[in-house]
Amino acid sequence: MNDMTPVQTTLKDWETDQEVRWCPGCGDYAILKAVQRTLPQLNADPAKTVFVSGIGCSSRFPYYVESYGFHTIHGRAPAFVTGIKLANPELDVWMVTGDGDGMSIGGNHTMHILRRNIDVQILLFNNEIYGLTKGQYSPTSRQGTKSPSAPGGSIDRPAQPCAFALGSGARFVARGFDVSKNLPDVLKAAHAHKGAAFVEIFQNCIVYNKDVFNDFAAPKGAEDQQLWLEDGQPMLFAKGTKGLARDVENMTLKVVDVADGDWEAAGVMVHDVKNRTLAHMLVELPFGPFPMALGVIYDDPRPAYDAVVAEEMAKARTARASNLGSLLAKGQTWTVDGTAQDPI
Amino acid sequence: MASDKTTAPEAVVVRFAGDSGDGMQLTGGQFTLSTALAGNDLATFPDFPAEIRAPQGTLFGVSAFQINFGSTAIETAGDAPDVLVAMNPAALKVNLAALKPGGLIIADTGEFTKRNLDKAKYDTNPLEGDGLAKWDVLAFDISELTLEAVKPFGLGKKEALRCKNMWTLGLALWMFDRPRAPIHDWLKAKFAKAPELAEANIAALDAGHAYGETAEISGPLKQVHVDPVASEPGLYRTITGAESISLGLVAGAQLAELPMFFGGYPITPASAILHHLARLKEYDVQTFQAEDEIAAICSAIGASYAGQLGVTSSSGPGIALKGEAMGLAIMTELPLVIVNSQRGGPSTGLPTKTEQSDLYQAVYGRNGDAPMPVIAARSPADAFECAIEACRIAVQYMTPVMLLTDGYIANAAEPWKVPNPADYEPFPAKFLTEKNAKNAEGEDELLPFARDEKGARPWIKPGTPGLMHRIGGIEKAQGTGHIDYSPANHQAMTDARKDKVDGIADSIPPQDVCLGNESGKLVLVGWGSTYGPIHQAVRRARKRGLDVSHVHVRNVWPLPKNLGDLLKGFDKVLVPEMNTGQFKTVLRDQYLVDAQPLTKTSGQPFAIAEIEDAICDALGEPRPSQIGGEVEVNDNQLPSPEAANP
Ligand SMILES: Cc1ncc(C[n+]2csc(CCOP(=O)(O)OP(=O)(O)O)c2C)c(N)n1
Ligand code: SF4
Ligand SMILES: [Mg+2]
Repeated sequence: MNDMTPVQTTLKDWETDQEVRWCPGCGDYAILKAVQRTLPQLNADPAKTVFVSGIGCSSRFPYYVESYGFHTIHGRAPAFVTGIKLANPELDVWMVTGDGDGMSIGGNHTMHILRRNIDVQILLFNNEIYGLTKGQYSPTSRQGTKSPSAPGGSIDRPAQPCAFALGSGARFVARGFDVSKNLPDVLKAAHAHKGAAFVEIFQNCIVYNKDVFNDFAAPKGAEDQQLWLEDGQPMLFAKGTKGLARDVENMTLKVVDVADGDWEAAGVMVHDVKNRTLAHMLVELPFGPFPMALGVIYDDPRPAYDAVVAEEMAKARTARASNLGSLLAKGQTWTVDGTAQDPI
Repeated sequence: MASDKTTAPEAVVVRFAGDSGDGMQLTGGQFTLSTALAGNDLATFPDFPAEIRAPQGTLFGVSAFQINFGSTAIETAGDAPDVLVAMNPAALKVNLAALKPGGLIIADTGEFTKRNLDKAKYDTNPLEGDGLAKWDVLAFDISELTLEAVKPFGLGKKEALRCKNMWTLGLALWMFDRPRAPIHDWLKAKFAKAPELAEANIAALDAGHAYGETAEISGPLKQVHVDPVASEPGLYRTITGAESISLGLVAGAQLAELPMFFGGYPITPASAILHHLARLKEYDVQTFQAEDEIAAICSAIGASYAGQLGVTSSSGPGIALKGEAMGLAIMTELPLVIVNSQRGGPSTGLPTKTEQSDLYQAVYGRNGDAPMPVIAARSPADAFECAIEACRIAVQYMTPVMLLTDGYIANAAEPWKVPNPADYEPFPAKFLTEKNAKNAEGEDELLPFARDEKGARPWIKPGTPGLMHRIGGIEKAQGTGHIDYSPANHQAMTDARKDKVDGIADSIPPQDVCLGNESGKLVLVGWGSTYGPIHQAVRRARKRGLDVSHVHVRNVWPLPKNLGDLLKGFDKVLVPEMNTGQFKTVLRDQYLVDAQPLTKTSGQPFAIAEIEDAICDALGEPRPSQIGGEVEVNDNQLPSPEAANP
């Protein structure tokens, strides 16, 4: 994100006149609303905001936000974002990608934008399917996912976007889901982070992969399976009756019961967004035995690449007047005069 | 040269050849500099293996540097060397065939050991039999002489032997009457951190020079003086194509009044451009080493979108990867310069050898109807002008432009009259700052895909208040740019993109005939780095009275408007190119002319003689070899290359 002069806007100011073309009931609608609701709260300036996406249902996103928008090519949004931020670090850039776009064809670029730490909010809409191409399994589809390209169920083991992000050097990793009322808070935290902020948003593709997240993301009744993380707060879930504690023996985490709200007695750990080891454990927790870790999992900023480059460029600009003529004549030269040769 | 000891020759071709570890490219580079400083015109041809450290002494590990220099205009690195310096048996074996009959071989006997002879697959020592009788041979133990010269500096044997190339350079400097001081200075600067190495190399250089001066060698070794060329007055330097393109891009961005963003990914022979530009931050040049060629071009498009001049560069395999993104730049109509330093293909092909085989890829190689202008540089110096032209077209027409160069141009050096930036007309980029239309109700409206008289859309920087809009690769409505798949709209937008690129022909100069008449029996049509050999071959043929002209095309796409009519004025059209006939096909397609191919894909540039023979064949005349008379390569008919292309 960027420091910029606050601009007063409302949700309406962020809506375009374009007809939204997602399937009725698609989780993308809820995410769009959450973003449009968040932007005014950030005092964001539509003229300085840019939404950049790849290709996929999710990547249609920029057409629906009244700001600058660039719908690019499949998987390459991170590279466009990098060029945009290097050319103009003042812009506030959001990148929207899908599980296919960001983890399959664009996996390489996702890794490098995170490793370089470009100052951008990356929203990866994970519906565990290729929506736009009509439902093939994706790199995040669970084993056994039946799809036109795997009629007998997929065999590949799925990748975990947040673990991939951490492995790539991300300094901010968070999770949310489409219909969650907490999503705007997650987006605000991502925006507040200077550098690449990676947000995985579970998104319901009701046509090709309906309700696969219902165990923790159903609009109602799944709250007990959500572990909402908050920095400095105990890692509690199921209305405070359960928590995560250290499993020292196995160097991992375990679920413990919390009696009468006494989480300390139960040994529940306090979340620390700067604890990278903890972050690795949280993103890898198998869902089922464990709840789904949501919210800001990790947030420990380092200088953003674009900011460092901008500083270097500014220094270089003042270091020497850029006289093209002297550049052209650099190195060993000789003069030929009108008549005789005059080798130096 | 050896056959012509008494008179000053107009031009001499020297080829330094040795093991890739022998420092032949450095030797050649320094000899080039001293030659330039002596006021000769010159052209060079570095020819090195793809392997970084090929096994020592092997045939495939031979690295060579050829220079042609003279007192008249020089346009090629020369067909056949007059002097071959062979630092080992492999170097002799690989390069001997090209040496002119009567030419001089300088060989280091210290390296002609049994082991090295075996590696070069020689059964017997060639220096000893009479197999080299066609040539003059000067064989002596350069290794031993070098060891002796550097003894005072206490280097290990291996390090001491590394000074051999400087000893050889010293001898060459003596042979051609060149001052040593600039090389001394260069060595001192190069080895500033290891003064003993500087001293040892200087001692070796001096010893080689002294050997020439004092050794009582009768026979082939003679001092030769080549007069300076009569060039246009002015300030000169030597320049390689890679340097020239880099500087041209910087100049182009400045003329457009834009910062430059360069996204690249290492690949031979394109990396040199990335390396040059990476040192030019002060000139508002930002370089970005991306994770691959796709990211390189996409970041450059991103930078153009944000208001800078995006540039990317690669060679064949990397250009192939960039194809999809070029389509996006065409579709979103953003300026972009794509430099393709062509090399032998397909696939990895010949990474360090030259070819012109990416022409189809440049002109046709994208999905959809994706017209894109293509410009080809003919020489290192010309690449500067071409780079500026590429920037101009990109900015004025809001389009990606491909600039074609090749491995030969990238590495070759030639003298360059340093241009004055004030002589170029600026083409400042304009950004839209206010809405550019009125809607039906008379309210201000933004039309991101409105078109100006050139067919170009406005350039709108994100960050501009009130002009928020969305762009992308999906077909968009004329004017508004909203998603629009309707049949009539796609037809109209396809036509608009094509018309815009076709219309660039209005802004380029008409095609000229660079040598010969405007019509006649035969025209040779070239593009890119074949300029030198074609030009010399046509000049020689014309000297012998043949009716042949040379047309060299810079704007490969769109082609100059008069080209078709020009070609129709000739009975025959011959297209020499280093591929299997790609430009020939384009010309046939565009003009229905009976263009005939003259092709070469050996990884080596054309020899003048090859083209001259083809001219004779096309005109039904005997080849020069059949009538015996050899015509001197150089004469004074032409001004220097700089004068020909201001
Ligand atoms: C180079 C290229 N290959 C393939 C496609 C086809 N394609 C478009 S979107 C897509 C997958 C999108 O999946 P995801 O990123 O998960 O987005 P979703 O539609 O699920 O939101 C594919 C394969 C394309 N547009 N470009
Ligand atoms: S296919 Fe799935 S992801 Fe795409 S719009 Fe429809 S519901 Fe949404
Ligand atoms: Mg998906």
